[in-house]
Amino acid sequence: MHSPADVETSWPDAIHAHFRRIGVRQVGYVPDAGHSRLIALCRDDPQIVDVVLTTEEEGVGLVAGAALGGQRAALLMQSSGVGNCINMFSLLRNCGFGCIVLVTMRGEFGEFNPWQVPMGVITEDVLRLAGFLTYRVDTADAVDEIVGAGCDMAFNGNLQIAILLSQRLIGPKQWTR
Amino acid sequence: MLDRRDFVQQLLADRGDLLVVPGLGSATYDVAAAGDHPLNFYLWGAMGGTAMIALGLALARPDRRVVALPGDGDMLMGLGSLATIGVKQPKNLVVVVLDNAHYGETGMQPSHTEAGIDFAALALACRFRQARSVTRIEETAEVRKLLHSGEGPILINAKIKLDDVPRVLPLRDGHAIKERFIAALNAL
Repeated sequence: MHSPADVETSWPDAIHAHFRRIGVRQVGYVPDAGHSRLIALCRDDPQIVDVVLTTEEEGVGLVAGAALGGQRAALLMQSSGVGNCINMFSLLRNCGFGCIVLVTMRGEFGEFNPWQVPMGVITEDVLRLAGFLTYRVDTADAVDEIVGAGCDMAFNGNLQIAILLSQRLIGPKQWTR
Repeated sequence: MLDRRDFVQQLLADRGDLLVVPGLGSATYDVAAAGDHPLNFYLWGAMGGTAMIALGLALARPDRRVVALPGDGDMLMGLGSLATIGVKQPKNLVVVVLDNAHYGETGMQPSHTEAGIDFAALALACRFRQARSVTRIEETAEVRKLLHSGEGPILINAKIKLDDVPRVLPLRDGHAIKERFIAALNAL
């Protein structure tokens, strides 16, 4: 069991555990500080093929192709990446591909960089307009339950599910130099 | 320069269990004209995504051969996917670009390849194992062999003529195309 202090930093482990439980076999991502622990867990997992993308919309195609081949795939991205995917999301809707997207939020709680704000404040609306059901996570102890429910809905119901991991959860980007 | 319909017809002759992902527009019509098949995942949108869909499929089914058939405009929109494929090095994936150097669906405006942008050179720079352009129909048999047994990732840039050929429209319902594909793949 995790102590409360552990949960503050180990919530990515809960996401990875749900990937294992539901049988996610491919994970597409654009490198991101908020997802760094989860990316490392996926890269170290022999059951998961990790696919580093040049842009998030590539991941939408990856999810569709994986599903055609009988595999479940998840996407990890920052809120800015959601904007890069909008047209490609039609593929998921048109064909009914189940998909779980873990979005680390920028441009909200404690954001240092104003250039992140315009996309950050519209991210959830954009996802809904594109057909996703969205769930926000603001505290580390809620990650397990919400991501678990999201994985079930995505892959048992062929729905498009986005989990928004708030900047308050992740912590604002640290500027050390 | 290749006649697009002759080239795709010969390329997909006796295709066996080949998994085929044609890009939106003329590529989808060419593949349909070569003969409808449940292992065709026809695209009617998702421009720029054809090669990535094929990558997801190739990674999920390393026991099967996968071919992506984007047009030049589709491939240009997803150029980064060449780098992504280069990282993963799927042995069972071949990308055949149907390159007429024009945007056929939108009024035949010239594409970047008309100015000499070279997919084969880009693919080699992205660590594809083989990449080259073909211009003569006599080369099709060799390309077909690569589809079935070449060690990927491979990119073939098929230089096709600027013909305006009749549209051959396959299934358009995305759910139906997907379900039919998955059922056929599961039945192999």
